Amino acid sequence: MMWARLMVGVGGPGLGLRASRDGLLRVSGAGCPGKRQQQRQASSAEAALKKTPLFDFHREHGGKMVGFAGWSMPVQYKDSHIVSHMHTREHCSIFDVSHMLQTKVHGRDRVKFMESLVVADIAELKDNQGSLSLFTNEKGGIMDDLIVTKTDQGYLYVVSNAGCADKDSAHMKARLAECKAAGFDVDLEFLDEALIALQGPSMSQVLQQGVKEDLSKLTFMTSALATVFGIPGCRVTRCGYTGEDGVEISVPQHRVVELTEKLLQNREVKLAGLGARDSLRLEAGLCLYGNDIDETTTPVEATLVWTIGKRRRQNKDFPGADIIVPQIKAKTARKRVGLVSTGPPVRQHTPILSSEGKVIGEVTSGCPSPCLKKNVAMGYVDAAFAKNGTAIQVEVRKKACPATVSKMPFVPTNYFSG
Amino acid sequence: MAACGLLRSVSSNFITVLPALSRSAPLCPWRRVSKPCFGRTIASSSRLSAALKFTDKHEWIRVEDDGNGTVGISNFAQEALGDVVYCGLPEVGTQLAQQDEFGALESVKAASELYSPLTGEVVEVNALLADKPGLVNKSCYKDGWLMKMTIANPAELDALMDEAAYERYIRSIED
Repeated sequence: MMWARLMVGVGGPGLGLRASRDGLLRVSGAGCPGKRQQQRQASSAEAALKKTPLFDFHREHGGKMVGFAGWSMPVQYKDSHIVSHMHTREHCSIFDVSHMLQTKVHGRDRVKFMESLVVADIAELKDNQGSLSLFTNEKGGIMDDLIVTKTDQGYLYVVSNAGCADKDSAHMKARLAECKAAGFDVDLEFLDEALIALQGPSMSQVLQQGVKEDLSKLTFMTSALATVFGIPGCRVTRCGYTGEDGVEISVPQHRVVELTEKLLQNREVKLAGLGARDSLRLEAGLCLYGNDIDETTTPVEATLVWTIGKRRRQNKDFPGADIIVPQIKAKTARKRVGLVSTGPPVRQHTPILSSEGKVIGEVTSGCPSPCLKKNVAMGYVDAAFAKNGTAIQVEVRKKACPATVSKMPFVPTNYFSG
Repeated sequence: MAACGLLRSVSSNFITVLPALSRSAPLCPWRRVSKPCFGRTIASSSRLSAALKFTDKHEWIRVEDDGNGTVGISNFAQEALGDVVYCGLPEVGTQLAQQDEFGALESVKAASELYSPLTGEVVEVNALLADKPGLVNKSCYKDGWLMKMTIANPAELDALMDEAAYERYIRSIED
């Protein structure tokens, strides 16, 4: 067999297996850049991959390292992909996500600054509350998705995708220069803290042993500073990318190995890599930037209208608002949907057909669901076919296989509301 | 375990998965034919390794007593692919030329085409794999066989690698 087929991306048209001349299994990686750039990037990516503070730790623990978005990251450890995936759903797993970009926005005008770039109502957020939001561009396309938290410490805390780090930081810096020139009091600080995610139903039981704050008060999408297992200066945010109850912990670089080791002392906890991260988020119906959303998709096409704050829709004061806001009423020609099938797995670029065989769209990401033992996927279809329950087909290896438009999440989520 | 020394040389990445593999699969069958092995498996090791030939695309074919060939993928391949969740296999009666694509295996994260090691006709397909695709991982040389085919041109076997040559081949592409 030849590994000629690309895998589902783990953050962009990213993680791929491609065949070389001698049929060798080769792993290449990329983030947000398009396919052509991915090929070009592959060789230089292998040459100069960045390492998180957990790099040696991953290897010591049997991590299989791959290039992803310019970083060397573990795709899995000793456990198989499915075992790791199910462990996260039944116990909890640690993911190293230090490659993601963490930013603080300081200054009196930080909310105005950030709102000029994203679609969220940040002013209305409660202290220490966060929200998923989107950087949009003037054409109404999505530049990246991110979580912005309005802390009570005098700054906004922003986490955005690794594959878009260069793009996002350039974007924010450019806006910063404009705002400063206009007299705004605002500053950016790009953090070098490490970031680990602890995700799964036993997360809070595990973490509570290391923090004195009552975790039952830290609800979904809230954030707090805390000393975690004796390590001061950590930020704990109740959010994640798996659909399970979980946190992301921003921790000083020089102590992240120590924190990870402490967490692993609890038998509930195992390490998990990017492979499981991708199948977990797909089951949870969460978008992957670069696959399911990108600069050619508007938030309305992507069924992410809920991220656009009510006040922002009224004031139309974010990039691309003149294109995006009218789409909310007028509807768009295509829509992002979930789909479920049995038979051969459905992957990115799989054509979607009507039951009559007409091409009506394309899959943007998909994988066999370890929980459901069916294939789950996301893609864009002509709006007429976007209703849940619509019978469609997917074309896999030149054969049409039946599929059904399905609501997401595919697997129920377990976010902690208190 | 002693037999793990073989695969240890293949890649440091694979060390950690060896315990899981060797629990269920015969230990490195293509190498340990003539050496003492763990008693229980030695007889099956000999039988399995008797006529295993390998392609450079990591399929193996074993000539059976009835003259037909059983086809599967190697341990190197199943390990790299990960948990197989779907096997796309041909219909019985399909005529295949050497190197024709005859199906595909899919894991959660990867898909891989399968290429026929020889010219022949498909006479049987492993029906167990429909419900238990994981057999390809657990027992890639035995219960996880993919298909059986006639061998139209036995001379084609000579072009395939024997165990030792395949072992060297894996080592050469591993770096």
